[in-house]
Amino acid sequence: MIEAREISKSFGEKTVMHSVSATFETGKTNLIIGKSGSGKTVLLKSLVGLYDVDRGAILYDGRDVTRMGRHARQQLRQEIGMIFQGSALFDYMTVLENVRFPLDMFTTLSAGERRKRAQQCLRRVNLEAQADNLYPAEISGGMQKRVAIARAIVQNPRYLFCDEPNSGLDPTTAGVIDSLISEITHESGITTIINTHDMNSVFTIGEHIAFISGGRKLWDGDKETILKSDCPDLQSFMESAVRLMSLGK
Amino acid sequence: MIVDPGIGMIGRYCRFMYLVMGRPEKWGVFGRRILQETYKLGVDSLGIVTLISFFVGAVVTIQLANNLDNPFIPTYTIGFAARETIVLEFSSTIVCLILAGKVGSNISSEIGTMRITEQIDALDIMGINSAAYLAAPKVVAMVVSVPLLVMYSMCVGIIGGWVSGFMTGMVPSDEFIRGLHFMFKPYYIFYSIFKSSLFAFIIASVSSFFGYYVHGGALDVGRASTKSVVVSCVMVLMVNLIVTQLLL
Ligand SMILES: Nc1ncnc2c1ncn2[C@@H]1O[C@H](COP(=O)(O)OP(=O)(O)OP(=O)(O)O)[C@@H](O)[C@H]1O
Ligand SMILES: [Mg+2]
Repeated sequence: MIEAREISKSFGEKTVMHSVSATFETGKTNLIIGKSGSGKTVLLKSLVGLYDVDRGAILYDGRDVTRMGRHARQQLRQEIGMIFQGSALFDYMTVLENVRFPLDMFTTLSAGERRKRAQQCLRRVNLEAQADNLYPAEISGGMQKRVAIARAIVQNPRYLFCDEPNSGLDPTTAGVIDSLISEITHESGITTIINTHDMNSVFTIGEHIAFISGGRKLWDGDKETILKSDCPDLQSFMESAVRLMSLGK
Repeated sequence: MIVDPGIGMIGRYCRFMYLVMGRPEKWGVFGRRILQETYKLGVDSLGIVTLISFFVGAVVTIQLANNLDNPFIPTYTIGFAARETIVLEFSSTIVCLILAGKVGSNISSEIGTMRITEQIDALDIMGINSAAYLAAPKVVAMVVSVPLLVMYSMCVGIIGGWVSGFMTGMVPSDEFIRGLHFMFKPYYIFYSIFKSSLFAFIIASVSSFFGYYVHGGALDVGRASTKSVVVSCVMVLMVNLIVTQLLL
């Protein structure tokens, strides 16, 4: 379980996160929703410790990251996998090398074992073996997302963070990526946190949902209760999202 | 008002260098990265260094020959003066300024691009010290390969001078070679190599620094790369002045 207690973050004069508290449960897909610019990425990056929060505490199963030294934090990061908004694959490495990279850096496995484990993860995300030796620039956006997932899970993380894993993809591929993440979460009992503004994801994989707007958490619940919420901002967010979806059809 | 951000920048540079000096996660990977970077930054610069050294050596010799066209000055003085110019200043400082342009912009745009595409965040999230992983091999590769490039440039520059001397008929081959041997001080070579390794350190670390702290988009990467070239050149010139005062 990951717990954020009243965390705030500002860049210079501008406060982009106002005292956000939230819990994200183990073995579930926890969604953070909100419109563009609402502070989803900042919240996620604060949770993983890429940004230092100004106030508040972040607990990973009771361990407070905000009070950890650099070394302890690096240790904890072995248990974290993250998928970035733009995939963030290393562009001078092939697909296979990208996935193998965390193993190269942190394990004492033999070269053969590392390759095998990397290939296993790539097959898990349904990527064909032909893609193994291509560079990220040579594969499609959807494939890049899958490689990013494979790289995030290669070390069997306990916590998985996904920043808009299906943005920029067509609805079918987006659905595939969503269900892939959801399956992996349930298979290994990972604490997964996903940023999204896609209502499809909310209704298919949203087990626990937090809504943020303007850097504040305004609502949380699950996909059953979200339709009955009386939070006006959430209602208008959903309305516009649903209108966009029906326009798309 | 100008001083204030300047001091802040020096502070951040020092903190960055503290991170860069961190212990590598894996020595094997570190070693491999050094080899790759040496190839990319050092070996790939051989072409431009050869070209520039040869022609500047040639031109320096011809100009010296034109200016020292006096019956009281022995011809071998031209070889001597060409050697001093090339060894003391050209091959170390000028070659490093050129490398600051070529290698410096390469380093900072590469690291800057990794920053804006979140590749550096990806390294950090894996628990890797991204500053050390990215910059340390570049710094080591530069500090090792630039002095070698500088020695190579000295040889090519002198060959350029020698060839132009007898091709134009201004300086006979044996006179030029006699000049090369005249009052030769090995210390000058040491001095030149020493300062070039300092310059290499400056170029690699300053450009990595500017690349590492880019934020924004592609435009900012370009801006950071220009800035890193300008700052490294100014630093190289200043350090050159100080080192020359101290060592010669
Ligand atoms: N490094 C930064 N420096 C200053 N302001 C920032 C920084 N990062 C984010 N912000 C600001 O914080 C706010 C929230 O940004 P954030 O990237 O979290 O939005 P988001 O919800 O992820 O949007 P999107 O769905 O478009 O990715 C924005 O107003 C942005 O301008
Ligand atoms: Mg975002």
